[in-house]
Amino acid sequence: MSNGRRNFIAGGVAGLAGTAAWRLAGQSGLLPPDSSGIYGVGHSLTYAAQRLLTGQANAREFSRDQISKIPHPNGKPPQSQDFQRLQANGFADWQLQVDGLVSRPGSFSLADLKAHPSGSQITQLICEEGWSYIAEWTGTPLAHLLELTGAQPKARYMLAYAMDGWVDSIDMHDARHPQTLLTYGMNGTNLPVAHGGPLRLRVPRQLGYKSLKYVSRITFTDQLKEEASDYSWYAGI
Amino acid sequence: MSEPQSRTLPSSLIDAHFWYYPVVAHPPRHCLLVRVTHWITTLCFLALLVSGIELVISHPRFYWGEEGHSLTPALFQIPIPASRAHVKTGYDFVLPDQNGWSRSLHFQTAWIVVFTGLIYAAFSLRSGHLRRNLLPAQLSWATLSESFANHLRLMPPFTGGYNLLQRLVYLLVIFGLFPLMIWTGLAMSPAIAAGYPFVVELSGGHQSARTIHFFATLALVLFFVVHVLMVYLAGLRTRLLPMLSSRYPAPEEQV
Repeated sequence: MSNGRRNFIAGGVAGLAGTAAWRLAGQSGLLPPDSSGIYGVGHSLTYAAQRLLTGQANAREFSRDQISKIPHPNGKPPQSQDFQRLQANGFADWQLQVDGLVSRPGSFSLADLKAHPSGSQITQLICEEGWSYIAEWTGTPLAHLLELTGAQPKARYMLAYAMDGWVDSIDMHDARHPQTLLTYGMNGTNLPVAHGGPLRLRVPRQLGYKSLKYVSRITFTDQLKEEASDYSWYAGI
Repeated sequence: MSEPQSRTLPSSLIDAHFWYYPVVAHPPRHCLLVRVTHWITTLCFLALLVSGIELVISHPRFYWGEEGHSLTPALFQIPIPASRAHVKTGYDFVLPDQNGWSRSLHFQTAWIVVFTGLIYAAFSLRSGHLRRNLLPAQLSWATLSESFANHLRLMPPFTGGYNLLQRLVYLLVIFGLFPLMIWTGLAMSPAIAAGYPFVVELSGGHQSARTIHFFATLALVLFFVVHVLMVYLAGLRTRLLPMLSSRYPAPEEQV
């Protein structure tokens, strides 16, 4: 067999295998919502590879003496009057709304959340810009809230809405991960407003932009609309 | 691919300056796989460099160890403006955020260069390209210092194959710097660090990995500049054309 023909057949086989792998990845939930577009191939390869290679692995945890002396507060708190009114009252009137594909939608005050089992982790917040710090976060494991509200099997993503207008989402794989917390405490105190208080989502296996601050509503859905952000949806990098 | 041949240099050439004899010998033909992977890697390198520079612009400070940010002391800071207001740069303006496409381009290109590199490495081992054209035949202090001296005196290339220093640098880039870039790049991924903590721990922490990634980039840029300069000095036509087509060098030009 000539080299040319062999290469042609090898190329054809590789092409077919690639197409089949793409279909299979789509069916097994290994394609991210931004798998189309010019960077879709890269987004999909990274998402599928990291899901397959890292599974349920936990983010690195650190010892207490590794906690950063100064954690970096990035950005500004929401400027709305609603937020300032809530803050003036120590967030006593603040509530987290849980809805979408859940059997028992509801609202939770900070006191409600604190009455539930809490989780703690000393992990690193890694910003996409390149800087990072280590802190201890305390909060309600999202997995617990999922049980409480009865997330339906067809739920595929969790959308989080922030009081400053940000919206971001994670898949159910990350939503159920034991280190994914709805945090209300940081380094032994209430979560400071500068760090996203009263409630910040922590997803330590992804870049910091997935750890949404000032969360006031989470909703479960089976599909995502195209988001306006040009940042890649999956940020495990 | 022709074997690298040694040819005695005429004594009249020993002291000759390079530019009198721009072409003494021609390189071997490059096979298709080497040519294709060379240019894919070149394009990937440039895309990774441009997107990498954009990412550095968002935080042109570097640290050692695990943590580091605008409120901690830096190991060093590049004196350029930044695309984030919280980085104190000495400039009174902030550049626009380009990190979205930069990161997507960076990682998509990284995938391409990794696949290309794996194909190249497998081919190099199987075909004998590595043994024949890259591994030095005679590596000693004498041959090494001779090769150094020839470069310093800008001696013309007088054999068809790669010279000793050239081989060592190619080996360092292909099997040293590129794997180091991939390793420290993976070390910066929170997901990979979760699944395989030794990747970041062996790098000395998250911020150390970023700093090593930066210095390895500088080394690759230095290689890129010297490589292009050497190709130019050795004869742009006779060195560049064989990397483009198997029709070069023409049979009568070959050593």
